[in-house]
Amino acid sequence: MRKKTGSSRLLLNFLHEVQNQSPEKYLKHEDLLKVSKATGIPLWRLYSTASFYSMFSLKPRKKHIVRICSSLACYLEGSEKYINIFKNPECYDKYTIEESSCLGLCAQAPSAMVDEIPVSLRDVEGILRNPEKIKKGFLKQGSENFKSFNPVIMKNIQEINPESIEDYIKIGGYEGFKKAVKMLPENVIDIIKNSELKGRGGAGFPTGLKWETAKRAKDKIKYIICNADEGEPGTFKDRAIMENNPHLVIEGLLIGGYAIGAKRGFIYLRGEYSLSHNRLSKAIDSAYEKGFLGRNILGTDFSFDIEIITGAGSYICGEETALIESIEGKRGQARNRPPFPPECCGLWGKPTVVNNVETLANIPFIVKNSANWFKQIGVDGSYGTKLFSIIGDVNWKGVVEHPFGLPLSEVIDKFAEGVKGDRLKCIILGGVSGSLIIPEEIQTPVDFKSLAKIGAGPGSGSIIVLNSSRNLIKVLKNIAYFFRHESCGRCVTCRIGTHQIYNIIDKFLSGNGTHEELKILENLCLTMSSASFCGLGQTAPNIIYQSLRKMRNEWEKFIRR
Amino acid sequence: MTDVTVTLNGQKITVPEGTTILKAAEKAGVKIPTLCYLENVGLKGIKHDVGVCKVCVVEVEGKQDFVSSCNTPVENGMVIWTNTPKVLAARKLNLEMMLSEHHLNCPTCPKNGICELQSLCAELNVRVIRPRGEKKTLPIDDSSPSIIRNPNKCIVCQRCITACKVLQTVDALELYGNGYDAIVRPKGGVPLIETQCVTCGQCALVCPTAAIVETDDTWKVWEAIADPDKHVVVQTAPATHVTIGEAFGLPVGTDITGKMVASLKRLGFDAVFDTNWSADLTIMEEGYELIHRIKTGGVLPQFTSCSPGWIKFCEEFYPDLIPHISTCKSPQQMLGPIAKTYYAEKKGINPENIFVVSVMPCTAKKYEAARPEMNAASKYWNNPKITRDVDVVLTSRELIRMIREAGIDFANLPDEKYDPIMGEGTGAAQIFGATGGVMEAALRTAYEVVTGKTLERLDFEDVRGMKDIKEASVNMNKVTVKVLVAHCLGAARQLMDKVRAGELKDYHFIEIMACPGGCIGGGGQPIPTTVEERQNRIKGIYERDKKLPIRKSHENPEIQAIYKEFLKEPLGYKSHQLLHTHYTPRGKK
Repeated sequence: MRKKTGSSRLLLNFLHEVQNQSPEKYLKHEDLLKVSKATGIPLWRLYSTASFYSMFSLKPRKKHIVRICSSLACYLEGSEKYINIFKNPECYDKYTIEESSCLGLCAQAPSAMVDEIPVSLRDVEGILRNPEKIKKGFLKQGSENFKSFNPVIMKNIQEINPESIEDYIKIGGYEGFKKAVKMLPENVIDIIKNSELKGRGGAGFPTGLKWETAKRAKDKIKYIICNADEGEPGTFKDRAIMENNPHLVIEGLLIGGYAIGAKRGFIYLRGEYSLSHNRLSKAIDSAYEKGFLGRNILGTDFSFDIEIITGAGSYICGEETALIESIEGKRGQARNRPPFPPECCGLWGKPTVVNNVETLANIPFIVKNSANWFKQIGVDGSYGTKLFSIIGDVNWKGVVEHPFGLPLSEVIDKFAEGVKGDRLKCIILGGVSGSLIIPEEIQTPVDFKSLAKIGAGPGSGSIIVLNSSRNLIKVLKNIAYFFRHESCGRCVTCRIGTHQIYNIIDKFLSGNGTHEELKILENLCLTMSSASFCGLGQTAPNIIYQSLRKMRNEWEKFIRR
Repeated sequence: MTDVTVTLNGQKITVPEGTTILKAAEKAGVKIPTLCYLENVGLKGIKHDVGVCKVCVVEVEGKQDFVSSCNTPVENGMVIWTNTPKVLAARKLNLEMMLSEHHLNCPTCPKNGICELQSLCAELNVRVIRPRGEKKTLPIDDSSPSIIRNPNKCIVCQRCITACKVLQTVDALELYGNGYDAIVRPKGGVPLIETQCVTCGQCALVCPTAAIVETDDTWKVWEAIADPDKHVVVQTAPATHVTIGEAFGLPVGTDITGKMVASLKRLGFDAVFDTNWSADLTIMEEGYELIHRIKTGGVLPQFTSCSPGWIKFCEEFYPDLIPHISTCKSPQQMLGPIAKTYYAEKKGINPENIFVVSVMPCTAKKYEAARPEMNAASKYWNNPKITRDVDVVLTSRELIRMIREAGIDFANLPDEKYDPIMGEGTGAAQIFGATGGVMEAALRTAYEVVTGKTLERLDFEDVRGMKDIKEASVNMNKVTVKVLVAHCLGAARQLMDKVRAGELKDYHFIEIMACPGGCIGGGGQPIPTTVEERQNRIKGIYERDKKLPIRKSHENPEIQAIYKEFLKEPLGYKSHQLLHTHYTPRGKK
């Protein structure tokens, strides 16, 4: 009963296909002409779209593509050294070497990907010399380092084979959905509203409200999208969910689709997550086979289809409106809000809900066990558990699931087994667009309310620990580099602001900083955070600004005397 | 629609739901500065509010971030602050950021004095540029004879994209790349001349900086004037009669014909002619062509051919409809070869030495004059030393610059008269400058020629005004002639699709002008050219028409003279040699 929408509507998938089939691994003019004919999309727009995404190449490449992560987690493990080695090799005939933003392999940093295979950056040189090695694959995926306390989402992952729907059903899978379809959609939304579940993507918007808005929207056609574009450097908790229990995402989407009245769901998965892609595809296939997807699911009137869209290496596509543009086959540029996508003008102009992977993974449990059950986990205002990815200067790296409310210090001591090396310098919480936590603040419990008091938030759930031997300004330069690269270039504030911030940091590191420049930097940060078009520009200066407020001495060290 | 009440800078105001903060502020007497925003791109209703310059940001209580006022509708109870120190600082820094990468060669910039970025910096009291950035060094694209693109001065406001894509539906420009390297470029990254650009210049009208400007040919004219061997003649397009004065402080729409003639004489032109004269000639040829097509069952509806942007548009997007286009050249291209033949003969001047300059409201006229087939005089004399029919085209803006350069006190010039032979223009020719004007002029003549009766009411109100598509019908000897008028290429596209689908078979004549409002809104006109300016210029055009003693082309004594002495009859042998042309199907590359 599987409905095929055809790849023509989902341009990104089509371009991936074309590029993969091309022997030179790029989007050839002739191939794009064919795509244009097949889809009716004018050629110039194909170029305009393709030029936006870093995973698409308009120039011929070699047989294998090595993507070297240049983002923070790998930087902390010394990736810079390797990047410089690989940047100028004359040989490597079979390899095109590309720099990439975070690959989500942070626990095994420094890392890289050879085609779709994750490897340690330390092994890349060996692989380049001896291509046979690649077949083995170097980094384990799926069995991420994982710890938990009172987990919800990751409770049974040790017991199941993520590729088996039977295993998932055995541990109570799809029961939440079965319960939901017997209820009125409004009542399903009430459960989610009562549970006070907040979005886990970073902003913490109440999920129930989002659904209710979409439900109330008058349009007949609605969409629900799972945002699996986990691009925030240092974050890989969504990957852990998708690789270990992909059905949770599907069940979450199903319940959401039923509740808001959508017939189609999409999973916008970042292009770098190949194992997640495999497991989600298998899970979707088996869900169709078992009748959880397709027409008249479980004999009801409810029909629902899910498709995966593969992103192409653009961080901004994690912003919901940019993500929607991207699914529509356009450049991933944020739209103006309001109107907000659930109200009216989401995907293809229809009301659309975009939920993060972890948010959706909570849904089946809440529906199955009730809102009150959920509210017993965590603390006031922040119910349920949170997945964290812990990396940096700690003795143990990986994903942790824990109810909200545990102080940061305990997360680090209990789970990450303490700071590695010297004393703690600071923590970057919630990704490089998150917040900077100094040692005086690490007793703060991790929940929305407590963190808000120190001007922070759980964000994407990544915890990047830096010890006192780190040069903070170098770390900030890496962050600034990332944002300069990922800015879409549309609004002045972000396009030039990210560039300026990077330049000023660079000046400090070369010993030419001045007090005056610190002031400019501060102004740039303030203007960007309040006047940028979308979330990217608004949050890009977060860490830098907070470092100016909380750790100014780090900057002053570099002021020219 | 319900009303909402908001508090703006402490003042309570009530506006209809859906009003933007910017518009609400206007109502409260507060002007929020804008840069990328354009309320009307050419026509009312085509809005450019992408909100990317971040100059119009305001503070809204309860919102964490500033909102751009140009595209955010007010909500009931909103408390808005438009000029807090935080907001002012953000606006300033945004401008400073733009300036940090801008080539700050304002004194030598073609937009010096009419640059919106420049004036905004003055308005917002920007006194330092704190961020320091490197200047871009992208190549300047001067491939087009009409338009120069300097991407280094582009602030990526995307107004040009809206003008090209939404207003004109030509869609030759795109936003390309990402991050700091994001640029606006011709589609596919090719030189502009290789795109489907129709050179209408609407992009240059809306560009807030000098990223898109007209090609400057003024120096060629100075050189020609200074050359003692050259007999330099100049012609002035109908639309320039009411627009040049704007640049010299005269009210928009003022009839400055006499002053313009005086200024051209002072610039040193040997003879000053009026394109209005050749517009009358066009009416004779085009009117007779229409009558001929109707009588002989030729291809109908006939399309006008005066607007070179429209001609390129038809060649690019509707090559199959080329047989509909009148074979008449535009008035500019009629005057050129006549100057080098009839006028040369009459005056006893060697045609090789005649240098024809035209002053046009239009960037596409530069392209038109450069078309290879526009060398009728050369063919007529069989003399390769005569090259172009029109040697240089100046836009209104270029003439204004020349007048300034020469230190002529334009506003206080006496009124002077055009030179004889090609200096007399009727009211019918004058209205060529406004949308509907060619049609009205053609109807005035066609009616009298066909019926032999005198037209009682000369004003065809139905085809006038800023409505994008207009319609009229006139009874002429049992035949009801049905006509359509469209201006801006978006409207032209609507009509062309219908022609292609065979829906307009019972229509006889369609007038298309590429620019909104017609030539008075052309891409070469003084900046600013907004909807308001367009309307006032149109008013000026019809006022001049009313004032003129002769208002029908066929009554122009100098037109009667050329037919008697030289051309013999409309559509005759010499007409075909000098006044008619052919078109080139171009289509998608």
